[in-house]
Amino acid sequence: MNTVVCMKQVPDTETLIKVAGAGIVADGIKWVMSSFDEFAVEEALQQKEKMKAGTVTIISLGPDRAIEAIRTGLAMGADNAVHINDAAYYDKADPFATAAALAAAIKGLEYDCVFLGKQAIDDDSGQVPAMVAEQLGIPVVTQVLKLEVAADKSKATVTREVEGGQAVVEVALPAVFSAQKGLNEPRYASLPGIMKAKKKPVDVKTAADLGISAGPATVVKEMSLPPARQAGKIIAGDDAAAKAAALAKALHDEVKII
Amino acid sequence: MPGTLIYAEVQKGEIKKGSLEITSKAKEFGGDVSVCIIGSGVAALAPELAKYGADKIYVVDAPDYENYVTEAYVQAFAQVAEQVKPSVVLASATAQGKDLTPAIAARLNTGAISDCVDLTKNGDKIVAKRPMYAGKAYAMVEALADPQVISVRPNSFAATEAAGAGAVENVAVSLDASKIKVVVKSLELAQSDEPDQTEAEIIVSGGRGMKGPENYKMLEDLAKLFGPTATTGASRAAVDAGWRGHAYQVGQTGKTVSPNLYIACGISGAIQHMAGMGTSKVIVAINKDAEAPIFTKADYGVVDDLFNVVPALIEEIKKIKG
Ligand SMILES: Cc1cc2nc3c(=O)[nH]c(=O)nc-3n(C[C@H](O)[C@H](O)[C@H](O)COP(=O)(O)OP(=O)(O)OC[C@H]3O[C@@H](n4cnc5c(N)ncnc54)[C@H](O)[C@@H]3O)c2cc1C
Ligand SMILES: Nc1ncnc2c1ncn2[C@@H]1O[C@H](COP(=O)(O)O)[C@@H](O)[C@H]1O
Repeated sequence: MNTVVCMKQVPDTETLIKVAGAGIVADGIKWVMSSFDEFAVEEALQQKEKMKAGTVTIISLGPDRAIEAIRTGLAMGADNAVHINDAAYYDKADPFATAAALAAAIKGLEYDCVFLGKQAIDDDSGQVPAMVAEQLGIPVVTQVLKLEVAADKSKATVTREVEGGQAVVEVALPAVFSAQKGLNEPRYASLPGIMKAKKKPVDVKTAADLGISAGPATVVKEMSLPPARQAGKIIAGDDAAAKAAALAKALHDEVKII
Repeated sequence: MPGTLIYAEVQKGEIKKGSLEITSKAKEFGGDVSVCIIGSGVAALAPELAKYGADKIYVVDAPDYENYVTEAYVQAFAQVAEQVKPSVVLASATAQGKDLTPAIAARLNTGAISDCVDLTKNGDKIVAKRPMYAGKAYAMVEALADPQVISVRPNSFAATEAAGAGAVENVAVSLDASKIKVVVKSLELAQSDEPDQTEAEIIVSGGRGMKGPENYKMLEDLAKLFGPTATTGASRAAVDAGWRGHAYQVGQTGKTVSPNLYIACGISGAIQHMAGMGTSKVIVAINKDAEAPIFTKADYGVVDDLFNVVPALIEEIKKIKG
């Protein structure tokens, strides 16, 4: 089975974010593979292992630094990659423009499934999977928790998260899937994997190479930090019961919630 | 004047609160407030939307829409949008809204702005405020293309009654079945009446300090005292330990919630947990470690053993409620 994984390099969740104008300060950021994309890579690898055939291709839109996350994916076991390395395009890319670039790169490939993360943990937009699917003219199933592909690769049975529960759906392939936490446990890159990754082919493309002209459909005007949350009151009391009584009183008198 | 078209979501025979909240908000923008409601047997819900400000309600009611399937709903909504030609499209950022909104935007060949917490009007443009980097920063975002498709985090606005004209139009959508490649085989929904975490007004959440799955009963009891808009949540440590299902997880890799009251029991307050609940209006922390980071963010902190505090709190609240 041939799969494509769209993977984004993002700041590590522990990174302190500093804002400047309409963006963030790049210094001091530790860049990693977006956490939901780890599930996407893992799923592609597991599906290939199950079918005992096929290739896993990673596609990432990002500047030079994105090659590190791409190599991580290759070290996990992906076969090859496309790096859409175009800083000018990437700088202005919103989910709409990102999807246009990814879809253009995917169009030249042979695939049964396209895996993405449920959302990138930098912009938290959760839009790219559906937009890629629309551009490719194939169905999308988001928030995937479990995936079983039929032996003839004509369809997949998918468990997905819905409000208040889960749904099981059947989808014709090729299709786009977005990974939710719970889908699998991403593997770590092994040392031999890391060595091999260095030699795996990475096809570098610009937006012009892909023939995409669509610009972004949204623009960030300004970034700000959330108002700092102040530490509030520590409820005093002789014992747990006294503190509970004081808390209940505060919830009633001050928060007015009881 | 070009107006707003809202996607109203129905669950268990009712319009979701988040959909009413955005209908109220759209009323403030001026222009026509149109609402599109899709489902099977949903026509009777139209008057409820009028109560919150809908001028026009487009009803797509057919057995085809019994279950939510992205492609079928996108086709239906896109056909209504073609008729209404809105300048703004709004949906609530629930699980379904998050699935549908980008698909609608893509079909209308425009972009989308997701999970916004505030909207202001600037001429013809909406300026949308949304958290990024798991709530570590806020972005002010504007659409460059029409229509401006925006999803709004539940609990961001109040749903206030303000009568709209409420004209109802039944729309017969011509569905292209050949494009529907997803079939729902089964649905497994929790049988509880608890609201979903993203929409709950009060969340009582438990972390590793809860020690085991059996102790969540206590948090459920506490939540129940706050009424039908309350539910329970959990930290990732509790979910990874298998004490609670993943659907309960609050945080960066779980749900993003914005309740009026968040009570964190035995949760240390890791940055990835705060990412999911940092916009709660009031945070209460119950933790026996006075140095736990959660206390730097909590409005009310109780430093003590939760196994003594929570049962006592339940009794005290019962007393107040009489
Ligand atoms: C990429 C990534 C994504 C993540 N996503 C999430 C996420 O979505 N959500 C999330 O929650 N975490 C997430 N995490 C994990 C996060 O970093 C923390 O590990 C986790 O939140 C800790 O959970 P906790 O507070 O329950 O446990 P702990 O940090 O172990 O805290 C337990 C607390 O309970 C207190 N306690 C113990 N016993 C008692 C008692 N009897 N009475 C009172 N207090 C008591 C302790 O003092 C302690 O403060 C993520 C981590 C990473 C790296
Ligand atoms: N620049 C990018 N390069 C490759 N994949 C991306 C990029 N941006 C987003 N994606 C994919 O789309 C998913 C959802 O991203 P988003 O819609 O931005 O939240 C991510 O988890 C990735 O799988």
